Amino acid sequence: MKNIWTITRKEFRSYFDSPVAYIYITFFLVLSSWLFLRGFFLVGQASMRGFFGILPWLLLFFVPAATMRLWAEEKKLGTIELLMTLPVKDHEVVLGKFLASFFFLTVTLALSFALPILISVLGDPDGGAIWGGYIGAVLLGASFLAIGLFVSSLTENQIVAFIIGITLIFAFFIVSEEFVLYNAPRRLVPILKFLGLGAHYDSIGRGVIDSRDVIYYLSVIGFFLFLNVRSVESRKWK
Amino acid sequence: MIEVRHLSKNFGSTVAVKDVSFDVSRGEVLGFLGPNGAGKSTTMRILTGYIPPTEGTARVAGHDILEDSLSVRRRIGYLPEWAPLYGDMEVIDFLRFIADIRDIPPGETRERIARMVKVCGLEKVVGRVIHHLSRGYRQRVGLAQAMIHDPDILILDEPTSGLDPNQIIEIRELIKEIGRDKTVILSTHILPEVSQTCGRVLIINEGSLIASGAPEELARRFEGRGIVQIAVRGAPRETIETKLAAAPFVDAVRSLHSTGDGLHHFTIQGTETGGLGEKLFRLAVESSWTLAELHVEAATLEDVFRRLTRGENA
Ligand SMILES: Nc1ncnc2c1ncn2[C@@H]1O[C@H](COP(=O)(O)OP(=O)(O)OP(=O)(O)O)[C@@H](O)[C@H]1O
Ligand SMILES: [Mg+2]
Repeated sequence: MKNIWTITRKEFRSYFDSPVAYIYITFFLVLSSWLFLRGFFLVGQASMRGFFGILPWLLLFFVPAATMRLWAEEKKLGTIELLMTLPVKDHEVVLGKFLASFFFLTVTLALSFALPILISVLGDPDGGAIWGGYIGAVLLGASFLAIGLFVSSLTENQIVAFIIGITLIFAFFIVSEEFVLYNAPRRLVPILKFLGLGAHYDSIGRGVIDSRDVIYYLSVIGFFLFLNVRSVESRKWK
Repeated sequence: MIEVRHLSKNFGSTVAVKDVSFDVSRGEVLGFLGPNGAGKSTTMRILTGYIPPTEGTARVAGHDILEDSLSVRRRIGYLPEWAPLYGDMEVIDFLRFIADIRDIPPGETRERIARMVKVCGLEKVVGRVIHHLSRGYRQRVGLAQAMIHDPDILILDEPTSGLDPNQIIEIRELIKEIGRDKTVILSTHILPEVSQTCGRVLIINEGSLIASGAPEELARRFEGRGIVQIAVRGAPRETIETKLAAAPFVDAVRSLHSTGDGLHHFTIQGTETGGLGEKLFRLAVESSWTLAELHVEAATLEDVFRRLTRGENA
């Protein structure tokens, strides 16, 4: 436990050791606010609907950018040899890195809280939907992070990690979209609907937090963290 | 402290380490010597648990490297080749991170870091970002990181590479001092370094262990093939030279100079192992020369290394 926390702290701090983190956060906030406010003033509705609608698409780029470095750089600079010969277990390192990226995401999302505050000043939004939307965003974002972190462990090139990360997350996100389901073989539809990261996000966003959706996200996270541990261990395969 | 048994490591079809066995006891400083690609780093990576061997086993401080890797890693301080470090961290933060992972009690961290800073000469750079340090300073941070938890065993892959001459001497002194009650394995390409710091040397070539022993012992073992200088009187120079060259145990003779008092100097290379000095002495007696000087040039570790790693038989 202590080791996980030590690694989380180090990785979290290192986000802010370079200007990159501030650029990400600014970029994310400016873009999301602009997209949101544009819709807000056009439609004139005191709702976060539009914001949560575009959030997955922003996270699609934001998350792989936040995870691409985490393993790829260790491999490129050789620090992975230093790290993995310290008395830490592989899964502790994986969890530590995941938690650091999770906190980074949480901080970023928390900063966007200015938007609902603004809305409640201007109107009377549905509080339940806002909370639901944020919980959905955190779960969705965490699943993206687990995928992005795993992809980072497959390469020593950050750009490659970024692009493959986007592709894989995109694939997982859209399999439950209407047009995919429409074109998919009939028998696969329920499976795709279940696998898709997007479908569960939509239902949480409506303000109904179903334990099945939560369990779904936790399983996706668990699955990719498990793959990550295996991939880190792969140096030991003969 | 360390027992290595029949260790082998293949990377695909490349054989990096081939059936290597050796022991290291407490308080010993062991040097790995070998040309590039010999398998030194690979052996160290196996001992530190970074990669597993393809075959064979090793025990470190009584713990099996595969079954009890965590205990092994706790007892070892490791400096990987090129001293990879987290470039975006400040030296002090990096050492604190290592101290945390190494389970140093929070109350002692400050004192331990201060000691490492002093021992490794990091006073000037503690607050600097590692990325901005010179190669030598990075190496020193790497050493500090390896020693911060006061490990029983230190494994150092080319610890003095990139250091300036003063620092090399200091680090060698440091290693020698540590080696008094700790176990140290280091690798190097610098031969004098081995003679100066290591109690014992393993010469590795193409993954195999080809010789081991104390540096002086290795040098002595190869002395017979070395070179002898003599000064003789009692006959004209040409006569002596012809007779020496004709002797069955002499490979080559080079006449150096002659002094006014009839003393002729030669350098002689023997054909076989051992006893060149003795044979020359007998030859001089038989020929009724006076052997005024006989100086056996000891083979240096350099000769031993060159001969062994170029595939000539020992
Ligand atoms: N990860 C790897 N994949 C494939 N081959 C490898 C790998 N690591 C090492 N090798 C090969 O194993 C052999 C031994 O390499 P090693 O790094 O142990 O040599 P070394 O003695 O440390 O050399 P140097 O003096 O150059 O540091 C080399 O032929 C090298 O190419
Ligand atoms: Mg090496």
